[in-house]
Parts: sequence; structure tokens; C-alpha cells
Amino acid sequence: MGDISLTINGKVETHDVGDNTLLVDFIREKAGLTGTHIGCDTSQCGACVVHLDGVSVKACTILAAQAAGSEVTTIEGIGSSDSLHPMQEAFQENHGLQCGFCTPGMVMSAIELVSKNKNASEKEIRDGLEGNICRCTGYHNIVKSVKAGAEKMGV
Amino acid sequence: MSEGIGASVTRKEDKKFLTGKGRYTDDINRPGQTHAYFVRSDVAHANIKSIDTKAASSADGVVAVYTGEDVVADGIGGPICGWVVPCRDGSATKEPPHPILANGKVRYVGDHVAVVIAETLAQAKSAAELVEVEYEELPAVVDLEKASSATEIHKEVPDNCYFDWELGDEASTDKALKSASRVVKLTVRNNRLVPNAMEPRAALAEYDDISESYTLHTTSQNPQLTRLVIAAFMFQIPESKLRVVAPDVGGGFGSKIYVYAEEAVCTWASKKINRPIKWTADRTQAFLSDAHGRDHINNVQLALDDNNKIVGLRVDTICNLGSYLSAFAVSVPTYLHGTLLSGVYDIPAIYTNVKGMATTTAPVDAYRGAGRPEATYLLERTMDAAAREIGMDPTEFRRLNFIPKDAFPYQTQVALQYDTGDYEPQLDKAMEMIDYKNFETRRSEAAKRGMYRGIGVSTYIEACGIAPSAVAGALGSRVGLYESASVRVDPTGTITVFTGAHSHGQGHATTFAQIVSEKLGVPLANVDLIHGDSEKNSFGMGTYGSRSLAVGGAALVKALDKVIEKSKKIAAHLMEASVEDVEFKEGKFAVAGTDKEKAFGEIALAAYVPHNYPHETLEPGLEESAFYDPLNFTYPSGAHIAEVEVDPATGVVKVVDWAACDDFGNLINPMIVEGQVHGGIAQGIGQALLEDAHYDENGQLLTASYMDYCMPRADDLPSFKVGYTNTPCTHNDLGVKGCGEAGAIASPPAIINAIIDALSPLGVTDMSMPATPQKVWKAIQDSQSIAAE
Ligand code: FES
Ligand code: FES
Repeated sequence: MGDISLTINGKVETHDVGDNTLLVDFIREKAGLTGTHIGCDTSQCGACVVHLDGVSVKACTILAAQAAGSEVTTIEGIGSSDSLHPMQEAFQENHGLQCGFCTPGMVMSAIELVSKNKNASEKEIRDGLEGNICRCTGYHNIVKSVKAGAEKMGV
Repeated sequence: MSEGIGASVTRKEDKKFLTGKGRYTDDINRPGQTHAYFVRSDVAHANIKSIDTKAASSADGVVAVYTGEDVVADGIGGPICGWVVPCRDGSATKEPPHPILANGKVRYVGDHVAVVIAETLAQAKSAAELVEVEYEELPAVVDLEKASSATEIHKEVPDNCYFDWELGDEASTDKALKSASRVVKLTVRNNRLVPNAMEPRAALAEYDDISESYTLHTTSQNPQLTRLVIAAFMFQIPESKLRVVAPDVGGGFGSKIYVYAEEAVCTWASKKINRPIKWTADRTQAFLSDAHGRDHINNVQLALDDNNKIVGLRVDTICNLGSYLSAFAVSVPTYLHGTLLSGVYDIPAIYTNVKGMATTTAPVDAYRGAGRPEATYLLERTMDAAAREIGMDPTEFRRLNFIPKDAFPYQTQVALQYDTGDYEPQLDKAMEMIDYKNFETRRSEAAKRGMYRGIGVSTYIEACGIAPSAVAGALGSRVGLYESASVRVDPTGTITVFTGAHSHGQGHATTFAQIVSEKLGVPLANVDLIHGDSEKNSFGMGTYGSRSLAVGGAALVKALDKVIEKSKKIAAHLMEASVEDVEFKEGKFAVAGTDKEKAFGEIALAAYVPHNYPHETLEPGLEESAFYDPLNFTYPSGAHIAEVEVDPATGVVKVVDWAACDDFGNLINPMIVEGQVHGGIAQGIGQALLEDAHYDENGQLLTASYMDYCMPRADDLPSFKVGYTNTPCTHNDLGVKGCGEAGAIASPPAIINAIIDALSPLGVTDMSMPATPQKVWKAIQDSQSIAAE
């Protein structure tokens, strides 16, 4: 295969990849953005969730080639350490993370969830996060964080 | 707002994880790095007739292929067993060799047969397919109950029994059982689990041929111990020639305590090829080769007198330890299990026998709670069974048998001495939190909707803060279990703490800093924590067994006390006072009865810019270390109450409410503690309702992915009500007990008791874990067909 170009967090990334290269590997290995994680090999855990043209996707389920020409946003692209995204802030304030491994995917899923449903109930949040596994938190504080994040985002 | 002890400050470590700046092992890359892929056995039990690596070796991009023969040729040993126990017949635990690449035989599906190292992971993977292994298959040994009469797995382990151990007084216990007015009998199985930290295990090994030393980045809960084991026992190289770093680690839950074959192989091979080697497990490999947890069968007999007081308890256990003895495998079902059988109850006679069996399945070792969930499960299930038999409310029956609060320190019949506790208030509080007294109203309301509602209680105790080294040693541990801490004060008063504990989600950077902030009166922002790097940290024992705070925190306090002591001497000199008159309060050293004072920062500066300094009596600098060896275990306890609804049409169990009241002693950061409780409960609910590692009769793991192994997800769980009581630990300065495992220990029996309670109108008296919809539905059907007969 040859070069593939896509925009990640506003920066064009052009790399020569194999035709079976997954988007998640492109992000981690080629663009060097290691905030997007890999927690499984069956598209079940959600550690790899990014936004592809504004829609959350599991980056382990699509090929880099399929994303060519698209705009990808990863956890590195939504806020910075001086100015966290409101959802990132909400996760910190509500202790929505422990080991941090599921966190990037969780935050990316959460942002999409609340931007689609700003008044999501606890049940809707829990259903909406069904594709993201966290082994540490028991989800209680993640749910709290997502609620608080929704308010902060004022969506 | 205070940032010290007791403050729910937000975590210092969060920002990096929230912004994608966490540095986990797989995030690190080295120039010239190669990739390893392991050829694993696809059969459970076989002699290896031959391995042909020719085609693989010459495949595209392949740098090297190694097998067990190469390991033997280089004299590399296997991981060692960190804890052994004596058998009933006086013989020792059988410790078969545990080669890092199979040596003539494979013993479970996933066993490491060869490693392929290539320029890219894809090349290593496809070359691995070309390694041809010819097996002479042997019968798999999967059924735990039949393991003793099955095919021998190791020639060193007759009857596939690693050990046959006992604890307690058999004669007096059997006498109590004989003369009891009632003996309640129950057999329970503690289902096999896979810990499933979300970050899969990984290793990045490199060798520097100039300094002749190795560096291993690995996903470890105790990097210093990993270094000791690999350097001294496996490679027999000077320990100083191996640096082990556990950077950010994405959860452990026990599974990252041990030294695994993969990290040792990569380290060894990095010298052979003189290039860095990276290995990261995919989830399937993790399922196959991470140490699993639990897998016990317990036969319980509980003796009661006429007044329903417990007079004796006998537990006969067989447990599945898998194909090889993992580092702490032996301690889990013995001294971390048998010693907890008294629970929170006053039991005058206890005896337990545990047989640790070999099977052709993955090694089994500690998983969150390690032994204590198994003890709690069998005891709390039996307490409910007994209450049901005698027609007593399960909370009343528990109260009747609680160790009274004036009985502490309480010596159990199974070795431990509980220093402190008070069990009734925690049960009272949990009952209030869940509104226990109005439960029947909720049950009737649910019945109107066609649902069976039930309530289940579990009152648990655990032994944490592992462990007094002398006790651990007497019980078979090959290591001491103290912890180390160093406090380095900079000239301007900022502080770096070095700990031998390791945080992989527990929030040490925050909690440890809070202790420093409290003791020295410095802002949290001025305190940094360094852990997980053998080059920076003193030797330490790592994090497991809810020990970081109770042991590592206590070591930190000791080091801080030394800092304060030395600072007082400096302050006395600067203020021309006698040391006895110097008081340290809120970050200031003051001379009693005067208005003279010096801020902590001034003392720090004087220590490093010692122009005016008591040189005759004191060395410059302000940096102190301490090692703390605990005097006893700590004994967190609590009451968890679960409320469930069972849908008879589908068998689905929904956890509708949860109240937990725990006594962890003093809390440093209640927000973090609460998070630990939540996470523990979730794992316990997973065990009780969803999770089950299942091998078929040929030893194939049927549950080797998230499609087949059911992890608890957000929509499987409720929110939790969490509360506390507090009887501070009496033997560490912080009065802390540990909180990391409590939820996973307490919760499984609470759920199963609740399900049985829900279905009790149908006559259901037993339910095994996991209580899957199919199992629950079948129990309902069976009860109805019995009723119809
Ligand atoms: S890594 Fe993509 S879903 Fe698990
Ligand atoms: S915070 Fe560890 S997996 Fe979610």
C-alpha cells in the first residue's frame, strides 16, 4: 500500500501503511499519539474510541485507509493540561478514573453521548457507555462525571 | 480547604491520564526496537516431540527464534515460588520447575513454546505460524474434583497435589460438630475468574553492551521484586545490572504481581540480539496466560448449639492452582484464606484442610482479595443457610455470633489476632442506609410487578497490610513484607517522596502527598511522588493486599518523623534554643513561650546552604529514609447489603440497590477510598452474576475474549451507597487499615444471598456463581416442577 493522509487533531498526518493497518495503530504508531489505547482484540472494550468526522468510533474496528481524508479527534485533541475540556474536568472532579487506561475512550464516548442527549438520565448514561469497559471504577463515578460534564458543557 | 489527611482533594495524577499523556509500557518505544510474538501451545497437555523453527527463522523480517532449548543452554531459570507451606504429612510443598519456554512438555493452552522476534509485530506474528511443533498429546486434567486420580502433570507432583495443608484444631472441631445440636452443611464453588486489568501485560526490554546491563519496562505491581527474581534467581546476574521500571500501569488486581515468562524471555533475548524487544499481549493472550483467580470448592460444616451460637466450623477445600505454581499461588488458599475463617464471629473451634491441585489450566494466583473473598463467600453463604434453617433473620443470627466489641484484641482459632473492630454499628448503619426494615413492603410491591425481590447481607473481615515479616516468614513467605519510603526535601522546601509501593490506579501520588502535607504543613503542589523504578526507589515490596497505605504509608510517616526530628535540631540552632523547646506546628518551628519561629522552607534552606549550621552535631542536607515492618495485619471489616430483583420470565438478576458500610480505620482521602469500594463491589458483582473462566474437557479455554467472558459494564450495575464506621488500627501511626479489596470480598455472598432470598418463596435454597440468567431461570423452573409434583 502507499501513503495515507488524514487529519488528526487538526494536523495532517501522512504515512505509508499496510492495507491492513487499523486506524488505532495509525494513531498510536504512526502519529505517535498514545492516548488512544488498545484493550482488546474483539472491539468490545472501547479503550480506543476516537471521533471520526465528529462521530465516535472504535478505532480498532476500522482500517486507516477507510479513514483517509477524514478528520480524527483523539483525547489529545479535546483539551490541554492548562485548559481541560469540561468533560475532562468533570472526570477529575468526580474521580471518574483510577488507572486511567479506559479513560480516554470513556471521555470520548461521554462527549458524544451528552452532545446527542444533553439531559441523559443515569440509565441513559449507563446504556450509552455499554461499549466502554472500565475495570477500576465500578462506573459509579464515571456516571457522575458524565452528568457533571453534560452540565459543564452546557450542551 | 485542608489538603491533608481526611480531605477529598482531586487527584494529582489525573491530568496526564485525562489528556492522553499517561505513559504505559506499550506507549514507550526505542530506536531499533524489535517485536516479539510467542508461539503458544494450542493443546492442554502434551510432550513436545519436535519443534522446527527453520522456516520461521528465514521468514521476512525475522531477527531470531528461540525455544526452550536455548533457554536451557543459557542456564536461565524459571520464576520462583514466593510462598510455600508444609503439608499435613510433614512433607514440603511440591515445586515443579516452571520453564519460561517449554522444556519438553506443555501443560496448558497458552503455555509458551517459542518466541519469534522480528522487525515488526506483523512479521513476528506471521513467522510464528511457520514454527512447527509436533505434540504427543496427553490427557487434559480439567476437573478439579478428579484431578488427584488424573494423569500426572509434573513428575515432582504426585497425585497432582502441590500441597495438602491444614490449620486449626481438628479434634476439638470434630468434637464440636459431633455434640452440636445442629450442623449446617454447604458445598460452594468459588468460580474461576480472569483479573482483566484493562491494560494488557507488556514488556520492553533492552540491553546496553557497554554497561552490560538490562533495562526492563514492564506492567508490574512490584518492579523491585521483579528485578530481584529475574536478576538473582532466573538469570543469576548482579542485581545492579538490571533496572526494572513499571511506568504507568493500567490496573493490576493481583495479576501483575508475578514475574511472567514473557518479560523474562524478552529481557534475556534483548542481550542475545543486542536490540530492544517489545512485547504486548493482545487480549486473547492475556486471557490464556495471565494468572487466573479463585477456583475453589469448599465443603463447609457449621456447628450450632441450642441457643444458635456457633460452636465449631470445619472447612475442607480443594483449590485449582493450575499448571505451574505462580509466585504467591500457595499463600492465597492457605494463609490468606484459612486464617480468615473465623470471619467477624466468635467461633471456639475451627479446622480447615486445603488441597492445592495441579491441572492443565493457566496458573492461578491472587486476584483482588486473594483468599479472603473465598473465605468470606463460604462463611457468609453458610451463615445465611444456617439462619434459614433455624428460621432466624440473617442479621439477627449474625449479631448473635459477632465477636463482641469488648473482646478485642481477639484471638481467633486460626492464627490471627484482630486488634480492633466493632461489628454491630456497621451492620446497623448499612441496614439503615438500605432501609432494611421496610424491605418486605418493597418485596410485595415488586411481586405485584411479577418480580421476585430479595435482600442479602454479608458481614466480612479481611486481613490487610500484608504483613509482619517475621509472621509472614514463619508462615512460609520467602520474602519479608515491610515497605520503604524516602523523603527528599529540596533547598526551597519542595519535597519528593520515594516509595516502594506502586500505584496502578490507587492514587498514591495524591494520598502520599496528603500525608506529607499534613505532617509538614506544605502545600500538596509542593510534593511529588516517585515510584516504580528500581534505579530511583529503594527496595520495596510493591502494591497488593491493600498494603500501600497501611505499610508504605506507615513507612512514609516514619521517614517524615525523621525529617521533622532533624529539622527541629536545625531550628534550635538557628533560633539559639534547646531542641526540647522547639515545637513543630502547621509548617512552622517555634520556640515554646517565645515569638521566635522559622518556616519549614527556612530550615530546608539552612540544611543545604549551611552557613549557620550545627556542623559539629549534624550533617547538612534534609533527606531521610525509613523501612517499616508492620506489627500485625490490619483488619478492615464491614457490612454490605444487596437488593436484587429477579425476572422469572428471563432469569435476569438486576441489582437494584447496594449499601456498604466499611471500617477502614482513618481515611486519608475519602473520595479515593469510595472509588476503591465502588470498584471492588463491581468486581464482586461481576463474579457473582457474570464472570466465569471456563475450560472444556480438552483444556481449551472457552472464555478467552470479551465476547465470551462477561465483564461488568455500566448498564449491569447500580450506583452504590457507601458509608463508614471507624475503629482506627491500633498499630500503625496513621490508624489506617486498607480499602482496596473490601468491595470484592464483601459483595459476592451479599448478591447470592439476595438471590436465594428472592427465590425463597419458591423453595430455592442454593445458587452457584455466576448466577447467570440461564441458571436462575432453570432454578425457578425446577422449583416450580417440584412444587407441581
Ligand atoms: S481496543 Fe477497540 S474496542 Fe477494545
Ligand atoms: S480507570 Fe482503570 S480501567 Fe477504567
